[in-house]
Amino acid sequence: MQAWHFTETAYPFLPPADTYESVRVNLPNRIYDPDKGAALYDRYLREWQIAEEEGVEIMMNEHHQTVTCVDPAAPLMMAAVARVTSKARILILGNPVANRHQPVRVAEEMAMIDILSHGRLEAGFVRGVPYELLPANSNPVRMNERHWEALDLIVKTWTHHDGPFSHEGRFFHYRAINIWPRPMQQPHPPVWVSTTSASGAQNVGAHGFVQATFLTGYEGTRSVYESYRRGWRAAGRGENVPIDRLAYAALVYVGETESRAYEGADKLLWYLNANKVPRHYATPPGYAGTAATVAALKAAGATTQGDHANFGRNMKVETAMERGILFCGTPGQVHQQIRKFYKHVGGFGHLLIMGQAGFLEHDDTVHGIRMFAREVYPRLKEEYPGTRISGEFEETRAEAEARGVAAAGRGTPLG
Amino acid sequence: MKKETLKVAGLALEVFEDGRGEPLLFVHSGGGFQPNEPYVALLAKSRRLVAPSHPGFGHSELPDWLDTPDDIAYIYLELMDRLGLQKVDLVGSSLGGWIAAEMASKAPERFRKLVLVAPVGVKTGPVDKLDIPDIYAVPQERVSQWLFRDPAKHTVDTARLSDDELTVMVRNRETVAMLVWEPWMHNPKLKHRLHRATMPTLFLRGESDGLVSADYLERYARLMPHARIETIANAAHAVQVEQPEAFAAKVLGFLDG
Repeated sequence: MQAWHFTETAYPFLPPADTYESVRVNLPNRIYDPDKGAALYDRYLREWQIAEEEGVEIMMNEHHQTVTCVDPAAPLMMAAVARVTSKARILILGNPVANRHQPVRVAEEMAMIDILSHGRLEAGFVRGVPYELLPANSNPVRMNERHWEALDLIVKTWTHHDGPFSHEGRFFHYRAINIWPRPMQQPHPPVWVSTTSASGAQNVGAHGFVQATFLTGYEGTRSVYESYRRGWRAAGRGENVPIDRLAYAALVYVGETESRAYEGADKLLWYLNANKVPRHYATPPGYAGTAATVAALKAAGATTQGDHANFGRNMKVETAMERGILFCGTPGQVHQQIRKFYKHVGGFGHLLIMGQAGFLEHDDTVHGIRMFAREVYPRLKEEYPGTRISGEFEETRAEAEARGVAAAGRGTPLG
Repeated sequence: MKKETLKVAGLALEVFEDGRGEPLLFVHSGGGFQPNEPYVALLAKSRRLVAPSHPGFGHSELPDWLDTPDDIAYIYLELMDRLGLQKVDLVGSSLGGWIAAEMASKAPERFRKLVLVAPVGVKTGPVDKLDIPDIYAVPQERVSQWLFRDPAKHTVDTARLSDDELTVMVRNRETVAMLVWEPWMHNPKLKHRLHRATMPTLFLRGESDGLVSADYLERYARLMPHARIETIANAAHAVQVEQPEAFAAKVLGFLDG
């Protein structure tokens, strides 16, 4: 198993929550203090360096017009990271290509980073959260189609070396694609895609790319992985899916004592608890697809009323742990939690660690990184080499019941 | 009301029809065509009313190549051919007004008279201000206030809708977003084509319309050679829904006059 240190490079210094409508899209940037912002960038870069020193890989992402992730041009941050590190793999997860109108430009940026980092790039692609559509002025309808056309074109752009080729697709048009530089890694840098829909994961599996999923917990993650494995097998890639094709992003905090771990984890929950976003930014028509939207309307009924559906619930450490979106405790406890999760979802080879958030200060962040890297990571690497096969369920009935799931025999889908 | 599915330009189109008399082609708004709204029967009393559901609305197919009101305008010109409608009166509401304006600019000879009800479709105001406010950047309650003078009368209780009705509602909303997202609520070319639409034209607007302002409509009407504007009292954007009698009287008065 490979572990990745991930921070969203948040700007946590918010005014009281009742003084603004949203932390995304329309929060005035006068609230952003450039000096504080520069200090934060210094600090987050230093934490990525420390992760590298501890043998952990590096991950970053991109969001727009939000305090939760002040990295609206992640390739720029990657370029900086490429030059202040020398060993770690550098993952962007990812490029929101359905919202970026120039896929060839994205291919160029990624190729440059691969050269700048001497072949350490891991190139991820994401659909992007719904609140990105307004900042990008990007149509919520047919995002998936744009995403895949862009991604296929980018891979072709990286792998085509004999002078210009043309692309006249549904969404993108070019007459002479011939990028300089081309990537260092051959045939191209590893490709990651994050998706939570079954059809999306199946498609990622068919392509053989790395499938990542964020905070989807026990059942959600398992079903995404199942779809991936189906897509992989249906595309004729063989019966066995190696675990290094599957990644899971969770909040992780390891402390030398349980109470210190819980304190750190509580601060990580800022990601969930500070995310005040009004419904109209969270549900642009077309983003979720017709059938899913109808199902959601039917399921939610009158309970969907209210402007801020997911704000104010104040997720607690215990709840987050039960759901499998947070691993926290002493090294032994975290190791057990990850094992349990691993078994339930059928195995995964990449742990994307949201190891810093909100007001988790530098020293505490570093403590968490080091405790994980020194006390937990070696066991995970040994137990779960990337060549292990995913989709072999080992959870026993007793384990499932202990977790409160009704029935789960070996290989029995839990729905 | 008769409803049939016609194959037009390779796609299955749901077309409603009712009444007898001179043909009136009605091009619906973003909410989709609702045959039970009272204004429909009022128009069909003295007219042959033909009302298609736009591609992606109701049960009409949405082909993957289609993404603008301009595309729909061509499909409706073909629908007229298909129905043998050489020349009709054309009424378009809101988003449908945009489609109707596109149609009128392309084939002015096919339309005797034109009614545009609180239409969108052109950009005539300053660069740094949206001509039509952003319906996706405010709570739904606010949008309802822009649409209706009395929003409480027009809330949809989704729990009482059938699966099919829910699907239609969701699909209509998606297709609206697809058509209006960028450029916002307009086709930059349209205002340079509208001078071709020389037929007598009536613009209608509810006096409390929160989406289409009186200024916007005046600038819009100036792009057309024979256009005038009338206002309907006690109505916001959805004029025909809030004031069906006044609406039908204005439309028929203009068309028959």
